[in-house]
Amino acid sequence: MNADHSYRRLYGVRGWTILAAFAAVIFIGFPVFNLAVGPDSTFHISAYWVTLLGKIMCFAIVAIAMDLIWGYAGILSLGHGLFFALGGYAFGMYLMRQIGSDGQYRQPMPDFMVFLDWKEFPWQWFNTDSFLWCAMLVVVVPGVLAYVFGFFAFRSRVKGVYFSIITQALTFAAMLLFFRNATGFGGNNGFTDFRRILDIPIATPQTRMALFAITGATLIGTLLLARWLVTSKFGRVLAAIRDAETRVMFCGYDTLHYKLFVWTLSAVLCGIAGALYVPQVGIINPSEMSPANSIEIAIWVAVGGRGTLAGAALGAGLVNGAKSFFTQAFPEYWLFFLGLLFILVTLFLPQGVLGLISKRKEHA
Amino acid sequence: MSSVAMHPAAREGTTISDLGRVATEGLDLTHGVVLYLEGISVSFDGFRALNDLSLSIDAGELRCVIGPNGAGKTTMMDVITGKTRPDAGTAFFGQTIDLTKLSEAQIAHAGIGRKFQKPTIFERHTVFENLELSMKADKRVRRTLFAKLSSEERDRIGEMLQLIRLNDSTHRIAGLLSHGQKQWLEIGMLLMQEPRLLLLDEPVAGMSDEETERTAELFVSLAGKHSLVVVEHDMAFVSKIARKVTVLHEGGVLAEGPMDLVQNDPRVIEVYLGR
Repeated sequence: MNADHSYRRLYGVRGWTILAAFAAVIFIGFPVFNLAVGPDSTFHISAYWVTLLGKIMCFAIVAIAMDLIWGYAGILSLGHGLFFALGGYAFGMYLMRQIGSDGQYRQPMPDFMVFLDWKEFPWQWFNTDSFLWCAMLVVVVPGVLAYVFGFFAFRSRVKGVYFSIITQALTFAAMLLFFRNATGFGGNNGFTDFRRILDIPIATPQTRMALFAITGATLIGTLLLARWLVTSKFGRVLAAIRDAETRVMFCGYDTLHYKLFVWTLSAVLCGIAGALYVPQVGIINPSEMSPANSIEIAIWVAVGGRGTLAGAALGAGLVNGAKSFFTQAFPEYWLFFLGLLFILVTLFLPQGVLGLISKRKEHA
Repeated sequence: MSSVAMHPAAREGTTISDLGRVATEGLDLTHGVVLYLEGISVSFDGFRALNDLSLSIDAGELRCVIGPNGAGKTTMMDVITGKTRPDAGTAFFGQTIDLTKLSEAQIAHAGIGRKFQKPTIFERHTVFENLELSMKADKRVRRTLFAKLSSEERDRIGEMLQLIRLNDSTHRIAGLLSHGQKQWLEIGMLLMQEPRLLLLDEPVAGMSDEETERTAELFVSLAGKHSLVVVEHDMAFVSKIARKVTVLHEGGVLAEGPMDLVQNDPRVIEVYLGR
């Protein structure tokens, strides 16, 4: 564990170097080898890889958000997929409005509304043709929900496994709600068939690359923000709450506000990740709110290493990389593999993959 | 009107160490009493942990509280620090602060520090960080996010490290300290809060004789500046530091007075010392 003073800085030379190398790959390597180098070249990076890495970077943002509350504040949420999905739905509404009359029914309303024979937009869709309005919803909807839920849960001092179960129930309830057609978000089909974003066609390589780069920048920004938080005195209070909350209260800190702040921030980060995810993947539906999805987020963080931030992002990459390989090669075995991975990491790598790497360093 | 207008202005110029005074400003010690408990009763599932307990502690006093297991010593501390709400009775800090209405954090801010029976420190933080986190400061989220240690604050932590003799372990992980050192660290953390009243639950449990000796000296030196309430089983320790002793039994005060008087009280001998 850190016994020197270096943890008070954001990153050391090594950390910044790795981050710069990552930035170079995202902002230079991918654009050049995807757009400038033609598909005939062996060095060409195909759209498949751009979309896959873009998707994984969204998950990495979620993993960092999860690590903030689980790794540092000791609060295990099994409902973070909800905040991710809400951000995705909020931005998805804008993308649906951008389709205009180009849907299958050639009507100004989204296809699912035409299908349901709705004549006008329900109240939830107010002003959703505005990009800025929807961008605001991406932040505000998960943020307000998390704040209100967190306020009552933390004020009642709901802790540990009880808190986890309630968050799981919350996302499950939301999933059932979104499955209903009457909720107004396309029922079990959700949103898809997006055409444009900011009036620019969405399926072109250039738009794809722009979304990819924005996601990369958001990921780096999220990592630095989270790192700044945990190296501040606030971060030390947070870790103290995780280890001995009563003592923190008797020191004069109102732990409710500390937990509420980091919990809400975490939810907002998930919402932003969801909003970046939807235009790249091209679909959002209620299955994103399924309890299994939220549990998977916890597994990413556990695999990468709790309380390390960068490890959480790495874990999201490793597990999702393995997932895209497994679901193609042996689709029926993926869940077994995921379960096995979780058991093995819990038993043998309590500090995750990153813990393994830093342990190697100490011995060397 | 003018006082209302002046208040924010007065706050503007405060430094972090001044904020401590802001917090204890409301402590009214006009009658020389720092803590009043009157008629406190607490029941858990029909068991009366405290039964019409009344107790008062003078400003600057060092009071020892003894009593057999289950006498209500820890529950009494829980009531004072806001962890447990009494079913009946009043608890006042100074003349004006009603402890039964405040949260744990507010009570800590008002100037009551508590040491637990089992040393409760931040095991995964360094010794330095333990003292940093407990130091008197504005402990709201926004201030804590941007908090930077001033050199004056560093010096205060340094002085505390000397006092609790942990200056060789400044950057050690606190969980690696010996039991006695953890006890001292927790006492140091309390003192960093600059409390007016210290509640110490079995502070010398697990300490070596030498450490116990030094703790006794420390407590005696703290009395006067602070008020102390020490709950202890170690009779040798109690008789070394005690001026006035309160004996609790079955949730109420059985006897109170100087140690030798209490020791010779036949009721006390019967329930406690005699055994």
